[in-house]
Amino acid sequence: MLAQQSILRLDATAIDYIIIALYFVFVLGIGYLARRAVSSSLDFFLSGRSLPAWVTGLAFISANLGAIEIMGMSANGAQYGMPTVHYFWIGAIPAMLFLGVVMMPFYYGSKVRSVPEFMLRRFGKPAHLVNAISFALAQVLIAGVNLFLLATIVNVLLGWPIWVSVIVAALIVLSYITLGGLSAAIYNEVLQFFVIVAALLPLTLVGLHKVGGWQGLVDKVTASPGGGEQMSAWPGNALSGFGNSFLSVIGIVFGLGFVLSFGYWTTNFVEVQRAMASKNMSAARRTPIIGSFPKMFVPFIVIIPGIIAAVIVPELAQFKATGSGEVDYNDAILLLMRDLLPNGMLGLAITGLLASFMAGMAANLSSFNTVMSYDIIERYVIKDRPDDFYLRTGRWVTVAGTLIAIGTAAIASGYSNLMDYLQQLFSFFNAPLFATFILGMFWKRMTAAAGWIGLVSGTTTAIVVFILSENGVINLPGQGASFVGAGAAFVVDILVSVLVSTMTRPKEESELVGLVYSLTPKEQRTEVTLRGDHGWYRRPVLLAGISLAMTIVLNIVFG
Amino acid sequence: MAEKKKAGAFDIRIVIATLVGIYGVVLTVLGIVEKQAEIDKAAGININLWGGIGMLVFTAVFVAWARLRPIAVPIDEKPADE
Repeated sequence: MLAQQSILRLDATAIDYIIIALYFVFVLGIGYLARRAVSSSLDFFLSGRSLPAWVTGLAFISANLGAIEIMGMSANGAQYGMPTVHYFWIGAIPAMLFLGVVMMPFYYGSKVRSVPEFMLRRFGKPAHLVNAISFALAQVLIAGVNLFLLATIVNVLLGWPIWVSVIVAALIVLSYITLGGLSAAIYNEVLQFFVIVAALLPLTLVGLHKVGGWQGLVDKVTASPGGGEQMSAWPGNALSGFGNSFLSVIGIVFGLGFVLSFGYWTTNFVEVQRAMASKNMSAARRTPIIGSFPKMFVPFIVIIPGIIAAVIVPELAQFKATGSGEVDYNDAILLLMRDLLPNGMLGLAITGLLASFMAGMAANLSSFNTVMSYDIIERYVIKDRPDDFYLRTGRWVTVAGTLIAIGTAAIASGYSNLMDYLQQLFSFFNAPLFATFILGMFWKRMTAAAGWIGLVSGTTTAIVVFILSENGVINLPGQGASFVGAGAAFVVDILVSVLVSTMTRPKEESELVGLVYSLTPKEQRTEVTLRGDHGWYRRPVLLAGISLAMTIVLNIVFG
Repeated sequence: MAEKKKAGAFDIRIVIATLVGIYGVVLTVLGIVEKQAEIDKAAGININLWGGIGMLVFTAVFVAWARLRPIAVPIDEKPADE
């Protein structure tokens, strides 16, 4: 750690600190301003379902643009090159479009307040409890990991002790969320999106200029270890871990593109909550679709800097050639900032990174407090109180969640491997959830018992595959193990659900209106055109088509 | 504006434009007084100056957008076409 500090310590001056401080003044100011709009629990947890689609759309991708995304994807860029774009173009956009076009009508139309609540209405209490508890647990743990990563970066960049950064960051997030609830989180995510772009776009442009433009980058990468195939996205053998190109393409499309990403983007309440906060059905459906447009260009300011760093930062190039050195791929973007940015822009770049790390944690906490308050406390622990009781509860749950996250961060600092495992494990949980949801939305015969038994057996399958691959019983390189784990969980969940459904009694059809495709009248599934929703560019399905076409073009151009 | 109810407490576009605008001014001023060594660090581009100008342009666009289409909640949310 000490050696790394001396290499990565950024030469921040007073002006950089002013730029950083200014950002935090705005973050807290937004929390304060958003507070005035909070008068009920729905305002606090779902922004009163009042936000316009561009705001929720940007928040939708911002909530995901956290520490893991920026550091991880630039690291993958440095290591594998362009195939990393699959995490965006294959691993996110199709699922986001699917969420907007197919699934959102049920989430928004049924007026549920959370994803677990949909589970409750469709499958009853056991499935609801399993989902709500595992989600809440995952969120506080991941919030702690985000917090710890943030503190590590501040420690390396600026030299603050880890515990100081943990507490300062936790206090800032805590204050704006307890004040303004989800609105504060979402508005800050939108602000953060622009700050991140303002930070990373200049870095990318200066880096590209330095290597001699796009052609210069291609030449340098071709001459570097790994060779020219790093500049084309397909077939991405190094990324998928399959030697055979055909298998690699299949693995990426089905493993990453279908099982992993659909599970994450369509059932994760952190994401879906942003869409639920929008002002009407049309805006809710457009939320992930609008988000997909910036999402397809995020790789250019995250992955490209990673690729550039691997060829122009001497320490990183040496690491890539020899596999040893004082830095590793995770430092790619920091090293590039250190080498290229003058004071001023440097402060903005640090601000962008801090912003992204904090927003990740804020997103975890703002969905944690909703599920804890609505799905666990209101439903099972303290029922039938007036609304302002649950609003107060939400604020206190946020405080508790933050304290737990600080504790998790402390555990993470001691057992970093443990946290890696946990995160990987949670990524497996989404695949069975997706299986249960999609079957439940389209097959009215699926029973309540099938809901929770399928979920539990799918999740168990994922855990078993995870343990087997950790112990070397299943030996798959790269992303192979998580593709297989998620795929197996998905298949087992479907099979068990179908089997159990045939043996148990289905729910009354009248209870499933608005929740199952065939029982929901078309008017309830589609948006009524409200004032302000006119124009072809506000039609969800058309927008989704344009987004898909653009993604295909990008795949061809950079294939 | 009197008969239309203003939405929420504030317009996030103005907040974003203000922050980016302040950054733009600071960076532009830094860029104007930039030393050659700092310019060389960024491969010969005065990135503070250009970045600052870019942000000022962004600010202008956002302010214009907020001015041209202020947020207002219609009093009734009835379907508009029927």
